[in-house]
Amino acid sequence: MNDMRLTERATAMTDTKIQAHGVNVFYDDVHAIKDVSVDIDDKTVTAFIGPSGCGKSTFLRCLNRMNDTIDICRVTGDIVLDGEDIYDPEVDPVQLRAKVGMVFQKPNPFPKSIYDNIAYGPRINGLAQNKAELDEIVEKSLRRGAIWDEVKDRLHQPGTGLSGGQQQRLCIARAVATEPEVLLMDEPCSALDPIATAQVEELIDELRQNYSVVIVTHSMQQAARVSQKTAFFHLGDLVEYGETGQIFTNPEDSRTESYITGRIG
Amino acid sequence: MQDQHIASAFDRDLEAIQAILMKMGGMVETAITEAATSLEERDVETAEKIRKKDKEIDALEEKVNEESARVIALRAPTASDLRTVLTVIKISANLERCGDYAKNMAKRTSVLADLPQVPGAPASIRRMSREVQLMLKDALDAYNQRDAELAEQVILRDEDVDQMYTAMFRELLTHMMEDPRNITACMHMHFIAKNIERMGDHVTSIAEQVVYLVTGSMPDDARPKHDKTPYLSEG
Repeated sequence: MNDMRLTERATAMTDTKIQAHGVNVFYDDVHAIKDVSVDIDDKTVTAFIGPSGCGKSTFLRCLNRMNDTIDICRVTGDIVLDGEDIYDPEVDPVQLRAKVGMVFQKPNPFPKSIYDNIAYGPRINGLAQNKAELDEIVEKSLRRGAIWDEVKDRLHQPGTGLSGGQQQRLCIARAVATEPEVLLMDEPCSALDPIATAQVEELIDELRQNYSVVIVTHSMQQAARVSQKTAFFHLGDLVEYGETGQIFTNPEDSRTESYITGRIG
Repeated sequence: MQDQHIASAFDRDLEAIQAILMKMGGMVETAITEAATSLEERDVETAEKIRKKDKEIDALEEKVNEESARVIALRAPTASDLRTVLTVIKISANLERCGDYAKNMAKRTSVLADLPQVPGAPASIRRMSREVQLMLKDALDAYNQRDAELAEQVILRDEDVDQMYTAMFRELLTHMMEDPRNITACMHMHFIAKNIERMGDHVTSIAEQVVYLVTGSMPDDARPKHDKTPYLSEG
């Protein structure tokens, strides 16, 4: 029963991308994350699940220092990305976030054209020398976002004119345009219909070839469908972390069991 | 037992399926016992009733499969809920086979009623089927109580059934060699004994499912095999 899903076995041998050790997060005197240690694998989709307020989004936001923007938030412990402590004072959070991209719950395209939505990041990070290179990045990113065919004829129309599912894929394309190594997704499908959700999930599976993807989701079925590893958070504790198939067939902790089977726990 | 689901209809669905399974189990236990008794008492009428009753058992298995498919489709069960559904499907298949064997025993009873009695054989069959019926009862109790230890004990008891079968095999062989006129009756008796031995295997499989349901993994296959008849030659 501990075998990976048949098609996922190939990923079982991947390297660790992010090592978090003894991470604690406080909002003023509220202890939101309690001594969490977790190794996130490269080229793997890792899902964070748990009831509202369990700390999964807070922990996700630690991984690209998004919590820095909240004054009362204090983070302790080590988070190491490719051997480098991301909370080291030398680390520039802006550059870190270029490396660790993020997609949010609600699609939030810039009020600009589809083209400029994608080109924005590469431009400010100086990733393109000229217009031709930028065009290339835009096309490549939109293709990776699985939305190229739908928007290639209207690149200069506003991104906000797209449907919700298209907007979210545009945001994913925007996130991958800066060639990040890790992609954080905070409930990327909660505002989407089932078809758009399926398209985004398919996209996540494709992104796994190149990135380490961490997704926070309230849909346990989504976690089960897209991820290879699942972490269950409860009241700020990391209760259980393991192979997704194992978590969903035979979880070790009774709290995990209660949560995923929809019992009061 | 576990806490209730937040969605109480989910609990009702699972309970309903398991209630059908238990009904099946009860019917199969009765069929085994009555088949052995009617064989011993040459009671063709009861044997006929057992044959008819098997259709009901088959229908219940269908029902378990249908309802299980529904729960999988509509509720996407996980963890112990998933194991419950998987286990129920397998156990109902095992029970259905046991029912078939009891029916087969009943069919042979009507033939054997017209043949000379094979001394000792019906009593041996009764003891064997009694043991299998008790194993089945304990396996189903283990299921209801989610008792992996009891299930493990049931698995070990299959050895006894295998040994009883081996002994009967030798006994019947002796009868046939003594007087060829016994052969027809002895062949029927042998098939009955073999069927009961197979029922023991199905009950063992049920007990293994209980272990899987409770622990999440199948028991180790360290069970000694005591059916030596594949290697037996004359005498």
